[in-house]
Amino acid sequence: MTEPQSLKPKLKPTADGRVSRDNRQTVGDQFIDNPRMTCRDVNVYYADKQAINNVSLDIGSNEVISMIGPSGCGKSTFLRCLNRMNDTIDTCRVTGEIKMDGHNIYSNEIDVVALRAQVGIVFQKPNPFPKSIYENIAYGPRIHGLVENKTEMDEIVETSIKRAGLWEEVKDRLDQPGTGLSGGQQQRLCIARTIAVGPEVILMDEPCSALDPIATAIIEDLIDELRQHFSIAIVTHSMQQASRVSQRTAYFHLGDLIEVGPTSRIFTSPRHELTEDYITGRFG
Amino acid sequence: MSPLMLLIILLGLSTLAYQIGKKKAFAVGKQAGGTRQLHSRPTYYGALTALWAGIPALLIYGFWIAFEPSVITKIVISGLPDEIRNIPADRLNLVVNDIKNLVTGNILSGQVSPAIQAAADHYRSLKFISSAALAVVSLSLAILGIIIVLKLIKPTLRARNQVERVLRIMIITCSCIAILTTIGIVFSVLYEAIRFFKVIPVSEFLFGLKWSPQMAIRAEQVGSSGAFGAVPVFLGTMLISAIAMMVAVPIGLMSAIYLSEYANKRFRDIAKPLMEILAGIPTVVYGFFAALTVAPLIRNSGSLIGLDVSSESALAAGLVMGIMIIPFVSSLSDDVINAVPQSLRDGAYGLGATKSETIRQVVIPAALPGIVGSILLAVSRAIGETMIVVMAAGLAANLTLNPLKTVTTVTVQIVTLLVGDQEFDSPKTMAAFALGLVLFLVTLCLNVIALHVVRKYREQYE
Repeated sequence: MTEPQSLKPKLKPTADGRVSRDNRQTVGDQFIDNPRMTCRDVNVYYADKQAINNVSLDIGSNEVISMIGPSGCGKSTFLRCLNRMNDTIDTCRVTGEIKMDGHNIYSNEIDVVALRAQVGIVFQKPNPFPKSIYENIAYGPRIHGLVENKTEMDEIVETSIKRAGLWEEVKDRLDQPGTGLSGGQQQRLCIARTIAVGPEVILMDEPCSALDPIATAIIEDLIDELRQHFSIAIVTHSMQQASRVSQRTAYFHLGDLIEVGPTSRIFTSPRHELTEDYITGRFG
Repeated sequence: MSPLMLLIILLGLSTLAYQIGKKKAFAVGKQAGGTRQLHSRPTYYGALTALWAGIPALLIYGFWIAFEPSVITKIVISGLPDEIRNIPADRLNLVVNDIKNLVTGNILSGQVSPAIQAAADHYRSLKFISSAALAVVSLSLAILGIIIVLKLIKPTLRARNQVERVLRIMIITCSCIAILTTIGIVFSVLYEAIRFFKVIPVSEFLFGLKWSPQMAIRAEQVGSSGAFGAVPVFLGTMLISAIAMMVAVPIGLMSAIYLSEYANKRFRDIAKPLMEILAGIPTVVYGFFAALTVAPLIRNSGSLIGLDVSSESALAAGLVMGIMIIPFVSSLSDDVINAVPQSLRDGAYGLGATKSETIRQVVIPAALPGIVGSILLAVSRAIGETMIVVMAAGLAANLTLNPLKTVTTVTVQIVTLLVGDQEFDSPKTMAAFALGLVLFLVTLCLNVIALHVVRKYREQYE
């Protein structure tokens, strides 16, 4: 394990042993053994404005890592870097290194289409296509040529919807439009759609913020189950959600990654004053 | 005082009334303990004063101007000597015209007799009296209105409600005018069409294959019996519209996709207005472009490869009409493609779809109802288009689907049937109304379907 930056000499500990608010360097266990994705010194700029400053972070296999922080802190921007969704924004520029399987995903050799098949994303607002439920799931496997015939496709659709915990609710109406489902069901449909492509990492950008508590609980259970098969990075505004679903938590503040660590530790004894301010609701 | 001058004065008075009313409202408000004590804001009291000053006076003004000439003419005629008054009506009209010409100083048709000179003087004096009376009546009405409202201004006067009621009535009147005009047009066309169908059976008109509307004007004339089968005419319209759509839909749709999905903002800001200029070119300009440039080009290049192309081919008219319609398709499609939420695109990209896959399989299907709506609107525009086909398409009603031959369209036939001196009781003239009626029904249906489709699309995302 790499030496945590928090122990570097230039830090000025405060009276209770925490890292002072002035320090912008990452505190905690940002590097882990056997990471699935590694990010080193990632900077993101929107035109001239820098949105992410030198973030380095590992994402492990079969873990849920949650990213928390106040609005505008760059957590969503960072998440979207992981499958190059920022490419769709003209003015966005990413520097640094994000590696998956030893390849920098921003190098020219990487096909962004293949990358996004490996690193799926679920958005804040459920966005099913205005097609049938079946077609919503079948779309990804079809464009990637993952299936040869209808039987295989049926199988993928069924397993994906089952994994997303939606099968019992929709099995009789797969030909109905996906937009006709409830918000929570739509979001699970979007998760199923992502799973259907067979990704290794799933990014979730506030997946529950448009949902009611019951739908949220269902999706949180789902995330916990999906951990068996995927690495999951989730951005959330809800600290309760972060503590319920994730094993590691990363706290972002104004484009800096402030603190990373096991979720249980972050929420009980944060090492950085900024983290403490945020999780105790004292953030100003 | 001239009527125009009076009108300006009335409007000025109304503006003045607004200021006076507002001032009075402030004064009344101050007395009652601040303008907050007033029921309405002071501007509404001003507006109420202005309305009362303006509306009655303007109504009187309007009626007066409308009826003044006929009333004065009646009085002048009754004042004429008996021997002139008893001549037949059409000759009397000439005399009245002479009198009016004499008043305005125009050239007369004959000698000025003393009786006519006297009548003209009579006319002139009546006119003077009338305009003076109008000025007095309308101005005093306006001033009376101001005085009454000023008296009425109290904190409890519900000025806002009254002003808003008047405004509502005005708005209702405006929309009624639009609707009634439409109904009026429908009925006038319908009336003439029914007269036509009394002579020519509906079935013959709708299913007849020969169109030759020339009728014998005199009974003894030979040769032109008239044939009113509208199929060739409608087929010609459809042929030209189809050619136009074959040009406009692919070009319009593709450019809409390029502009909304691929082009950067700077190019889009320049290209979109440029394309919309196409819609602003007068159709008569397109018409001579088609007739003088495109049609000879097609004929010459056709003859080079040994094709027999008529100089007024359906192809030329259709091509140019298609160019004209491009902005309709591209502009409306561009709007609906832009209305597809970014989240849908993100969803497709997030699954690893390429840009073209996203556009073909997600964006276009989502925007399809709107695109279909825009195409239907363009079709109804193509069917109703007149000027290009009048200039570039022919008059011969050939029953053919060959785009290199001359065909004629419904609108062209309507124009040729009605232009020039025509008898309004011959089937030839009335056929134009029957054609117009059918054309109206077709475009109406297309518009209703298009609007319905577009509305359905809107419900999907809002």
